[in-house]
Amino acid sequence: MIVKRQPLNWAERLYLPAVWNGFKITFRHLLRRKVTMQYPEERWVVPEGYRGAPYLVRDQDGNTKCVSCQLCEFVCPPKAIKITPPGPEGVPADRLNAEKMPREFEINMLRCIFCGFCQEVCPEEAIFLMRDWSHVGSNRAEMIYNKEKLLTLGGMHQDKIQKWKHKLEEAKAQDMFPVKQ
Amino acid sequence: MSEAATAKVFKPAPPVDRITVKVDGQVVVVPKLSPDWQGKLVPTTMIQACEAAGVTIPHYCYHPQLPVAGNCRMCLVEFGTPALGPDRKPVTNPDGSAVINKSPRPAIACATPVSPGMEIYANTPGVKAMRQGVLEFLLINHPLDCPICDQAGECKLQEYSVEYGQSATRFVEAKVHKPKAVDLGPRIMLDDERCILCTRCIRFTRDFVGDDALGIVNRGSYNTIATYPGHKFDNNYTLNTVDLCPVGALTSKDFRFEMRVWFLRETKSVCPSCGTGCNLLIGSRENRIYRYTPRDNPAVNGPWMCDAGRLDYKWIARDDRLKDARGSRPEVRTWRDVLAELAGRLRPATAGSVAIVASARLTNEELYLIRKLAQRLGAATDTIPHLGDGDRLLVNADKNPNTAGARLLGISAKPAGANLNDFAAGIRDGLIKTLIVFREDVTRFGLGADLLGRLDTLVASNVLPNETTKLAHFVLPGCAPAEKRGSFTNIHGRVQRITKAVEPPGDARPEWEFLGELLELITDRRAPATIEGLFNQMAGEVPAFHGLRWAALGDSGVTMPLEPGK
Ligand code: SF4
Ligand code: FES
Repeated sequence: MIVKRQPLNWAERLYLPAVWNGFKITFRHLLRRKVTMQYPEERWVVPEGYRGAPYLVRDQDGNTKCVSCQLCEFVCPPKAIKITPPGPEGVPADRLNAEKMPREFEINMLRCIFCGFCQEVCPEEAIFLMRDWSHVGSNRAEMIYNKEKLLTLGGMHQDKIQKWKHKLEEAKAQDMFPVKQ
Repeated sequence: MSEAATAKVFKPAPPVDRITVKVDGQVVVVPKLSPDWQGKLVPTTMIQACEAAGVTIPHYCYHPQLPVAGNCRMCLVEFGTPALGPDRKPVTNPDGSAVINKSPRPAIACATPVSPGMEIYANTPGVKAMRQGVLEFLLINHPLDCPICDQAGECKLQEYSVEYGQSATRFVEAKVHKPKAVDLGPRIMLDDERCILCTRCIRFTRDFVGDDALGIVNRGSYNTIATYPGHKFDNNYTLNTVDLCPVGALTSKDFRFEMRVWFLRETKSVCPSCGTGCNLLIGSRENRIYRYTPRDNPAVNGPWMCDAGRLDYKWIARDDRLKDARGSRPEVRTWRDVLAELAGRLRPATAGSVAIVASARLTNEELYLIRKLAQRLGAATDTIPHLGDGDRLLVNADKNPNTAGARLLGISAKPAGANLNDFAAGIRDGLIKTLIVFREDVTRFGLGADLLGRLDTLVASNVLPNETTKLAHFVLPGCAPAEKRGSFTNIHGRVQRITKAVEPPGDARPEWEFLGELLELITDRRAPATIEGLFNQMAGEVPAFHGLRWAALGDSGVTMPLEPGK
């Protein structure tokens, strides 16, 4: 289809109405609230519920909550998570009766798509998508966060249930220490 | 189990009485008697009839290869039998169909024999409610620690809970706690809280293995699996209880917390640790082998395998594996150059100046190529027997997986190893100038370093380094059975396939690949480039293989008569 170009009428050829309309828009924005941020001096505070980087958390007693069940590794669509389970001779878990704790836990933040499946699938409430949205590194290796870094960034999670502590107390009340070490 | 046992099962076949029953409205005809776990004929049970009708009955304690215990009640079904009139004749409806008296009480399908005309109802609301009830009771004291349980993903408690259970618990009291991480024996860890007391493990070790090591102690909710005080659960079949245990109570110490089972890729293969050739699954992930588990094959191993064979995979991942092909000079390092140099040395060799020590750890196809090589070079061949302890269950005293194959292909002397003395003498007298050794350390079998030093050419192909590979002029790194395809012939003449599960390290290659190339360089004739082609060519050429085809082997193999004509 060929669109015929219409000849400009005399008002259009004058250009002044167009210039005036342009100035109107400029003035309107001059008086409005500023929206541009001076990043990185100014930083955006994201709303509650924003899906930022996934980090590991400790409970209020300082225990690593992750038990290395590897469900997040399984569910992760871009395969960003890599967990090394403790194996038979791994370090004992922080909570002895939880028996397991990852030997290593790596998230490749370059692969992560911040979908939140890991948080959703975690049966231990050990991983949460936090509000961090700025991930900077000067090479690829730096963007693979290890267990230590993830735990430091994740901080403490106020666990209301404390399943393992509860189990331990229940077992002790029955004179049964659950795991012989 | 052995050939003999299977034969026992099927011998009294001819006079089969058959019974017609209905499962969920579907008519099935089943034999009146079926073999039990020992192969004895006993009345066919409802669970077998349902199986024949394609209806799955959930069960925990029942296992076709163990005595029936009937203690878990998971298999409860409703049923009815034909009503009989005062004259003991079946009463019929006006339309001619039999009147069925529905039993007021359910019955356990695993232990109740079927009778003629019986109707089994496996999916009624009543049956569903019973399954839900049984599961609810089983879960009352169960710790629900699936996130840390190695069984998660292959746990019958998980599976049935999803299929037949309820989503919420009504139990508000404290659960009974029992010992966790109990050291039952050198290879088994027990979590008593998870146990559902099905007694499969007890029956297996008592009745199949004949080692009455396990039992239940304490009463009621405090029931606990235990060994006899002061004793360990330690026989060569303990790890089968890990597969048998429907929950995560019995776990393997070797596999403990190593990997979640749903990540494992399962490759069908055959155990290379003895002449029995138990069928197995190689569980691997990202080029690492995590475990072997038995694969059911009634003609060889049933659903079991021995602990020694199951744990014999660690050497495959050893760091000191042979990774580089090596020629006589340091600059000859690529496969192409090494094979070209070797072919150059072998081509002019006179008949009788070359000896080959092959190995019954190689596959049929590889031994066939060695046979061709030996024929071309006029070389004498032999293998070295490796004998150990056998038992009356699965383990064979012959520790080579392919002794029969080496014999059928004419690689072994009669008896195997008889030629080694001649080889030693030949080297001493300077008649043998070239020795080719596969998968053996001949320095431990009478061909010491001094003798090997007299050779013009020593070629060693192996997987791990040893004295022979250290002395060799040519090193050809090969593959573990889990790293290549091929077939083994077990001690009873059953030809079974092995399949590749992981990649070999470095430059190591399957022996059949480089043997084929070497043969081509020497004879100018191309060997088949696929394992299928190679097998079919071998079976066509070697009469002992009766013209078998690779495709006919299937996953469970084919038994050949070992002595032709017998
Ligand atoms: S340990 Fe496992 S196999 Fe043994 S009784 Fe308990 S649930 Fe059954
Ligand atoms: S399977 Fe029948 S009672 Fe357990």
